[in-house]
Amino acid sequence: MASFALSFQSKRDDESGLSAFYNNKTTIIQEARVFNESPISPRKCRALLTRIVYLLYVGETFGTQEATDLFFGTTKLFQHKDSALRQAVYLGIKELAASAEDVIMVTSSIMKDMQPNSEVIYRPNSIRALCRIIDPSMVQGVERFFKAAIVDRNPAIASAALVSAYHLFPLAKDVVKRWVNEAQEAVNAKASTSFFGASSGGYLGFGGNASNQQAAQTIQSTSYIVQYHALGLLYLIRQQDRMAITKMIQQLGGGKSGSSSVLKNPMALCMLIRYAAKIMEEDPNMQRQIFEMLEFWLRHKSDMVNYEAARIICEMRGVTAAQLSKPIAVLQLFLSSPKPVLKFAATRTLASVALTHPASVAACNVDLESLIADPNRSVATYAITTLLKTGNEASVDRLMKTITGFMSEISDEFKVIIVDAIRSLCLKFPNKHASMLGFLSGVLRDEGGYDFKRAVVDAIIDMIKFIGECKEQALSHLCEFIEDCEFTKLSVRILHLLGMEGPKSPQPTKFIRFIYNRVVLENATVRAAAVSSLAKFGVNSADEKFRASIGVLLNRCLDDVDDEVRDRAALFLKTFTAQPLAEVYIKDDSVFSLAALESKLVAYVKDPEAAAEPLDVSAVPKISRAQAAQDAARPSTLDTIGVPTTSKVSDAPPPPSIEETRSVYAAQLAAVENFADYGPVVNSSTSPAQLTESETEYQVTCVKHIFKEHIVFQFNVSNTLPDTVLENVVIIMSPQSEDCGLTEDFILDVPSLSAASSPSIVYVSFTRDSPEEYATASFSCLMKFVSKEVDPSTGEPEEEGYEDEYQLEDAELSAGGDYIIPSYTTFGAEWDRLRGGATATETFALSAMESLKAACDSIIEVLNMEALGGTEAPQSTSVHTLNLSGIVSGGGGKVLARCRMTFAKGQGVTLELNVRGEKQEACNLVLAAVGG
Amino acid sequence: MNLTLYSINAFILLDSEGHRVLAKYYRPKALEAMGMGAGDLNTLKDQKAFEKGLWQKTKKAGGEIILYDGKLAVYKHSLDLIFYFIGGASENELILASALNAFVDALSLLLRNQLEKPAVLENLDVFLLCLDETIDDGIIMDTDSTAIASRVSRPRPDTTDIVINEQTIMNAYQTVKERMVQRIGQF
Repeated sequence: MASFALSFQSKRDDESGLSAFYNNKTTIIQEARVFNESPISPRKCRALLTRIVYLLYVGETFGTQEATDLFFGTTKLFQHKDSALRQAVYLGIKELAASAEDVIMVTSSIMKDMQPNSEVIYRPNSIRALCRIIDPSMVQGVERFFKAAIVDRNPAIASAALVSAYHLFPLAKDVVKRWVNEAQEAVNAKASTSFFGASSGGYLGFGGNASNQQAAQTIQSTSYIVQYHALGLLYLIRQQDRMAITKMIQQLGGGKSGSSSVLKNPMALCMLIRYAAKIMEEDPNMQRQIFEMLEFWLRHKSDMVNYEAARIICEMRGVTAAQLSKPIAVLQLFLSSPKPVLKFAATRTLASVALTHPASVAACNVDLESLIADPNRSVATYAITTLLKTGNEASVDRLMKTITGFMSEISDEFKVIIVDAIRSLCLKFPNKHASMLGFLSGVLRDEGGYDFKRAVVDAIIDMIKFIGECKEQALSHLCEFIEDCEFTKLSVRILHLLGMEGPKSPQPTKFIRFIYNRVVLENATVRAAAVSSLAKFGVNSADEKFRASIGVLLNRCLDDVDDEVRDRAALFLKTFTAQPLAEVYIKDDSVFSLAALESKLVAYVKDPEAAAEPLDVSAVPKISRAQAAQDAARPSTLDTIGVPTTSKVSDAPPPPSIEETRSVYAAQLAAVENFADYGPVVNSSTSPAQLTESETEYQVTCVKHIFKEHIVFQFNVSNTLPDTVLENVVIIMSPQSEDCGLTEDFILDVPSLSAASSPSIVYVSFTRDSPEEYATASFSCLMKFVSKEVDPSTGEPEEEGYEDEYQLEDAELSAGGDYIIPSYTTFGAEWDRLRGGATATETFALSAMESLKAACDSIIEVLNMEALGGTEAPQSTSVHTLNLSGIVSGGGGKVLARCRMTFAKGQGVTLELNVRGEKQEACNLVLAAVGG
Repeated sequence: MNLTLYSINAFILLDSEGHRVLAKYYRPKALEAMGMGAGDLNTLKDQKAFEKGLWQKTKKAGGEIILYDGKLAVYKHSLDLIFYFIGGASENELILASALNAFVDALSLLLRNQLEKPAVLENLDVFLLCLDETIDDGIIMDTDSTAIASRVSRPRPDTTDIVINEQTIMNAYQTVKERMVQRIGQF
């Protein structure tokens, strides 16, 4: 016995060495000569083939030549009839085919095994190997075999043929499409069990033939898996034809009663449900019918099918609470299942539903609570995040406790999910901020990657922003965090935040130690951020002594080894003594509109001529910090709870931002030769103006592009009539007043406009007679075209057409929409600075205005300027001053407007408009805009 | 929503230390031709990193399923091995699980319930064929474990050389021992 134990031990040792031996590519290539031995040893060859495949599966790769040699070595083995060897050969062929050359040579050997009369175990293997080596052009040659195999009574053969056809489809679409009838037959194959029960007996009856006996040994599948493969192939073939798919779903879905359901394989039904969901999304008419089918599938006997249907309903766009009740009940049943996979599936789906319909999910709260200690941490995490969304304030503390218990055991992704859930919870129940902040600061100390730490820091920053009471506490947690933070990016963010928020706190001094520690201990990036942060404390403090201490600290930074740190320290020390500098460099509350700045820079870089001059940043609109924060706002915290659902993918992309549309316009204009010498676009209107009603047969919108010396009107014309074609479409623009300062250059027509090619663009170009002036005008527009009917049989337009015209609404060229861009600034300082610049003043009586608020709104709208300091909302009902700021495009520079208004009942609003700007034309433009 | 039959992205077999015993990442050519790239994890380095991270999260028994790195992984522990099937994040969890169950059940039929690393390495041919009969380039071939198992051929000893060495004697001894234990268990 002892010797046995001993030898057993040594055997174990051998096995660990086995892997190294197997891993050796050179050995294997050498040993490949066993393929050439005669007689062939099936056992040895199978072992070697296994090792080849194993090598590939552990990550080894063969060069093309090596793979080709091995591949053709294996083909010699076709001489031997041993089925165990043959199966291994097919596996080898499949794996080597990807990297070997000339694999097509073995086609005929494989085809022999595919013969319908060969009842060998490896016939399915041969079919599956064939599709790896065959050339698309040869698929036609094997069509007969495939058609027969697809409808073979042996499910293994049918499945192999269907799956191979599936693999081949993209390569040989036309041929595979012809197998649709066979695939249909395979889907409908009924009563397969009874047949196979009988057939296996039949095989035994034949007895004598050795290969027949082998076939008899295999047990026929009872899973109806053929339906799954056949349905997949049918969909692949028909997917472009929505009518055919709809019909297929109606047939196979078994109608309302569902009693005669053909599909027995649950996976096939799952696929059918997905196809149905797609149809439902595309075709609203089918919605009701398919929804009924989905509800029927909720009661199917297979969990898999129930779940698929429930999930689809939950992810439906615009699903109502009533529709959700049944699927959620199904998922609720899963929650109490002993199977982890079911619980996982259910909680994952519920967590995503809870984002939009927390009330519907609340029904499962009791079951979910029993899962928060589930051994599968993912299930527990989903359960908790769901509860966090559906639960009430009372349960928060208990949940937090449970979560803290297992935070260390779950993956970072789930930690991020939980932190995000807590962030939204903080905003929902601000009263609970203490326990949540405690939790967040706790997890901040845990181990974790950047994404996780960032999520926590984001959450704390949000709390600082929205929950005033916890600011002090949260800031001190962040201070502690940066004491030992390995992520430079996060340190910099926190230091910046401390600089913004710290000086406002009652005890700013307590932050100084933390910040200065960074100057001593960290890398240059963090040190520079720390210096900026310190300076903000110094400048914003009224306490002379405190300022002096900061000065001392900054003085020390002047010796830093890094340039940036030294420079910043020097700059800030200067601002301490020169107050106006502090206003500009530290207290200034405006930032560039990043999107506008970006597009400006792109235009600058693209235009080689512009490089001669430095970029003019004064033309870039500014926005306040608050606005910038709003623009860059993270998606609503509730959306970020990363429950991956398929519905998110299908969502429409967000509407393009103004800057994106601008760059599209710029690209369109650049494509037109006539505008090549116009120079860069100075400004484009932000949104197209509708010149027609939205339901008319022709739809026209207008976009205006201002160039330095030209103005281009872009008319997007749509023809909604499918059976007519418009030819030579032009738009005739006539100014209302003769003397508008614009001269028409040319019209670029659309030669032919059908419903399919809509919308197309008609351009009308004008020259600005005096480019330094801002011409404003109103144009009446008339669309002229030749209308031709389309011959329904040929799809070609008829020879004869008739001229027609169509009156559009007027197109306006005005100050607000086309020349002025809103821009943020500090009004008081700027107003004083422009004291010596151009100015204009005028008084208007706006008798139609009914209140100061209405006057403010309409002035802002007309001028398209930024209202500053909350002056857009009048405090008094009788007297108000509205401060506005903007930039006039095309080098007009900044322009500020002060609107002093009084209101008296009966007289309306009296407005004194005082405009200051860098150029007189700009001021005049503003006055004209209000006056006109 | 995955409208194709390509539901399995990868099969991974790790040992109790998290090392790859073997792994197969499926990159169906057809999927690429349809314009749906096979996604990430194309290099051995990425794959190993993925496997390492996955193992970290799943080394404890009793989970069976996890969403890791944007992929759904169903897994099964068996003595010193962990079997994984990897699918897309939007895949039906139960489909993946049923495929894995079918594979593991078929394998334990073939290996006579000895799902451990030495047995797998010794019967690699059977193991690889079993995998091939369960998944074909990402498509689930069958979920009936007995049918899968019956489709895997066993090597027949070459009639010419029957080797009697320590290993075959050990096997004989093992078989006798198993039978004995079974018999004793019956009484």
